[in-house]
Amino acid sequence: MTTVFKKTPVLTDTIMHYCPGCGHGIVHRLVAEVIEELGIQDRTIAFVPVGCAVFGYKYFAVDCVEAAHGRAPAAATGTKRVNPNNIVFTYQGDGDLASIGAAEIVHAAHRGEKITTIFINNAIYGMTGGQMAPTTLVGQKTTTSPYGRDPEHCGKPLRVAEMIATIEGAAYVERVAVDCTPNIIKAKAAIKKAFQCQIDGKGFSLVEVLSSCPTNWGKSPAEAMDWIKSDMIPYYPLGVKKDRTNE
Amino acid sequence: MAKKLMKGCEAIAEAAIQAGCRFFFGYPITPQNDIPEYMSARMPKIGGCFLQAESEVAAINMVYGAAAAGARVMTSSSSPGVSLKQEGISYIAGAELPCVVCNMMRGGPGLGSIQPSQGDYFQATKGGGHGDYHLIVLAPSSVQEAVDLMHNAFDLADIYRTPVMLLADGIIGQMMEPVEFHEHEQKELPAKTWAVTGWKGDRPRSIVNSLYIEVDELQEMNDRLQARYKEIQEKEVMVEQYKTEGAEVIVCAYGTVARICKSAIALCEAKGVKVGLVRPITIWPFPEKELRAVMAQPSVKREITVEISAGQMHEDVRLAINGMKPVDFYGKPGSYTPTAEEIADYILKTREA
Repeated sequence: MTTVFKKTPVLTDTIMHYCPGCGHGIVHRLVAEVIEELGIQDRTIAFVPVGCAVFGYKYFAVDCVEAAHGRAPAAATGTKRVNPNNIVFTYQGDGDLASIGAAEIVHAAHRGEKITTIFINNAIYGMTGGQMAPTTLVGQKTTTSPYGRDPEHCGKPLRVAEMIATIEGAAYVERVAVDCTPNIIKAKAAIKKAFQCQIDGKGFSLVEVLSSCPTNWGKSPAEAMDWIKSDMIPYYPLGVKKDRTNE
Repeated sequence: MAKKLMKGCEAIAEAAIQAGCRFFFGYPITPQNDIPEYMSARMPKIGGCFLQAESEVAAINMVYGAAAAGARVMTSSSSPGVSLKQEGISYIAGAELPCVVCNMMRGGPGLGSIQPSQGDYFQATKGGGHGDYHLIVLAPSSVQEAVDLMHNAFDLADIYRTPVMLLADGIIGQMMEPVEFHEHEQKELPAKTWAVTGWKGDRPRSIVNSLYIEVDELQEMNDRLQARYKEIQEKEVMVEQYKTEGAEVIVCAYGTVARICKSAIALCEAKGVKVGLVRPITIWPFPEKELRAVMAQPSVKREITVEISAGQMHEDVRLAINGMKPVDFYGKPGSYTPTAEEIADYILKTREA
């Protein structure tokens, strides 16, 4: 019999706690498959955040560190500096990275820290129950913007990939989405390139992934995927924002 | 090795390097800048790493990551900066990682002053951040002692998998004194089998974590920590007793203030009054039993605590003495360092009262 699909050994057999239709499961698999394909499982260290992916250490079959809220890039810096041969990545959501950890991500990029960041942008705080994030879209209703995000009151959503791309130390920055199969295939290629960038010692790499949160968006899984396309991608354009991996 | 005249901060940094510290992450703040400056010059030459972090918060989290990887790592700061580090210190305690944090105390609260202070005693000895935890807190009273304690600090951190704090007042950091770097015996230390180094399948996966979402699992972690703290209290107390035998008054002080108290004791002695000093070197664990034993002597009439604070260590002194004999406090909050004459006057006046 021909095997057409096999779960990557870089994911454990632990049943994930994510909600139906959540993008985290897809992105976890992409990251794990990339680690397997690059043959770096035995030297990869995962830094998981505070947020929905807080239990990431149960799912990635690599050595893991659970970091304080927003601090994963700083903690990952400590580990990478001790063992530069380790492949070190952070996996962070938008509350973690774009809000409380804004300083840490900017300065990891600024130092050209040779780590990789997988940044999940689902326009909301998931784990705490659907509060407004810096990435929440204008007019989007959340539990702390019950009348819709008002830009006069709290500004317009932060475009992280574009911001990080302006920093000299950032070697590779791309925004992808996991709303449909073609985009998922592109997302995997971007994640692979980001890890390769680190393996080659080129500098800091970040992949921003537009992802779904049906539970907190109040949508069905299918509606949530549609909303990424109809509402998120127009504000957060996909594509490579910075690439000096060939330099 | 010959004695060398060194500034406290630089001597502490050198002692850390000699104790095997190869990673330092810090952020500038007065009066401890000489530590990161010294590290920035030395580390690249010995295959170590000095990194100036973007913030105190980032610095302590870099320490967390480096400790997770199994390195001997430290950071240093001064009072407002150490406040910022508390979140990270709590995580390090919760994740059971070894590291050394140096606090060169300055006046507070708020931005306070850059003069010496002992106002961070509560923060240092009661945990400092959220949750039930302690640091081992070492309080040197000379540059030489700070140097010697750095070796203990790293070893204790490794043995008990806990953050260790070197708590000094700004005087220790800024004063120059002759120091000698002694050879220290290499202790047999537990292997860091828990470190994240890359999982090759030949051991369980290393997971550095302080999250225990189930009540019973969190309880187990806390019980483990409390058992460790009890062992530390039993085994690791360090205290100096100075002229305590047959003393009429016992002074309790730590750090630079304890040295000033020794001069005050000489002044009292010249007036025919026998005064002794109990100087905690570990302020956590606090030398409760030792202080109680000294106080139990029939000659001892009362105790006086002297601090540059509103009486923070004095609370631990009172708990230890537990009403056995009268206690008094001399000192001021902020940054005022009392003179030997002032302390001696207070001792003599209180004695007659």
